[in-house]
Amino acid sequence: MSVVDALTTPVDGDTNIPLSERGPAAIEVVVGFGFWLFLLSDVVIFSALFAAYAVLADRTAGGPDGLHLFNRGLVLIETGCLLFSSFTCGLCSIAIERRSAAATYFWAAITFAFGAAFLGLELSEFLRMGSEGAGPTRSAFLSAFFTLVGTHGLHVTLGLCWLAVMMAQVATLGFRPVVVRRLLCFTLFWHALDIVWIGVFTIVYLGAGYA
Amino acid sequence: MPEPRQAQDVRGDHAPGGAQTSRGGVRAYLAGLGFAIVLTLASFWVAGTHTVWGPAVPILLAALAIGQMGVHVVFFFHISSGPDDTNNFLALAFGIFVVGLVVFGSMLIMANLDANMMPMEHALQTQH
Repeated sequence: MSVVDALTTPVDGDTNIPLSERGPAAIEVVVGFGFWLFLLSDVVIFSALFAAYAVLADRTAGGPDGLHLFNRGLVLIETGCLLFSSFTCGLCSIAIERRSAAATYFWAAITFAFGAAFLGLELSEFLRMGSEGAGPTRSAFLSAFFTLVGTHGLHVTLGLCWLAVMMAQVATLGFRPVVVRRLLCFTLFWHALDIVWIGVFTIVYLGAGYA
Repeated sequence: MPEPRQAQDVRGDHAPGGAQTSRGGVRAYLAGLGFAIVLTLASFWVAGTHTVWGPAVPILLAALAIGQMGVHVVFFFHISSGPDDTNNFLALAFGIFVVGLVVFGSMLIMANLDANMMPMEHALQTQH
């Protein structure tokens, strides 16, 4: 079905009402679409940081390069943590749709734990690099590295805070429509962070040495 | 128990990530997790092995990453190319277009500037 057909063909149960007379979209759809646009703009911000990293990756100024700094085993564990937290976040959104508070808390707690584990591993890596004299001020390569990976880590940190606030809202306000919409936005945010991480581990960690 | 809300209205629009029950539910997430694990392990294997011809490794890594991003979009975001996802899909296409412009445009321009820049030693000599 083409785009034009999709826009002009009436949907089942809603026969022969032209598109222009069907009124505004449901609020869940408007909120979801608006947040989707925000996420895409966030990805554009990351693309600028990726471009900066790609340009500066071989400018080590005589300092350590990625091949000597990065520990692929650690990165694989970090990747696993974030992927599983994205998966359990999806199971949490199913629990939300079923309005099951117990299942929502359970999957949200696991999502939070894996996200926090990811953040802890990343911070320990940053601290180790700093103690080896490979801090963000050492070279243009390391400035770009800490900006890109640090911005992603900051997003994960804010996501964890958001998740904690949402669980408090489920506990106090219950599954009222506004809370459910916020939860939908949170799950989208969390999945988007995992997509950005695919770019990070491929370009920064596995791509080290190909600059 | 209240009815699961369908995040789809009379205009036939679907919110990203909305209406899990009509989009495969747990099975979609399990499938997405399975594909993502396979693609992630393949990426790490390709980067560490000598079985693959060296110059092909970056291209293979890029293909695996793009494939995994597609898996996440389809199985976690539930974005499809169907008629009720037209708006989401067009926004995604525009986002990919801008990302491509920013990344490849920056790399092209910076490589060109770098190639045209006067060598540092020569630049220092001409100052005297």
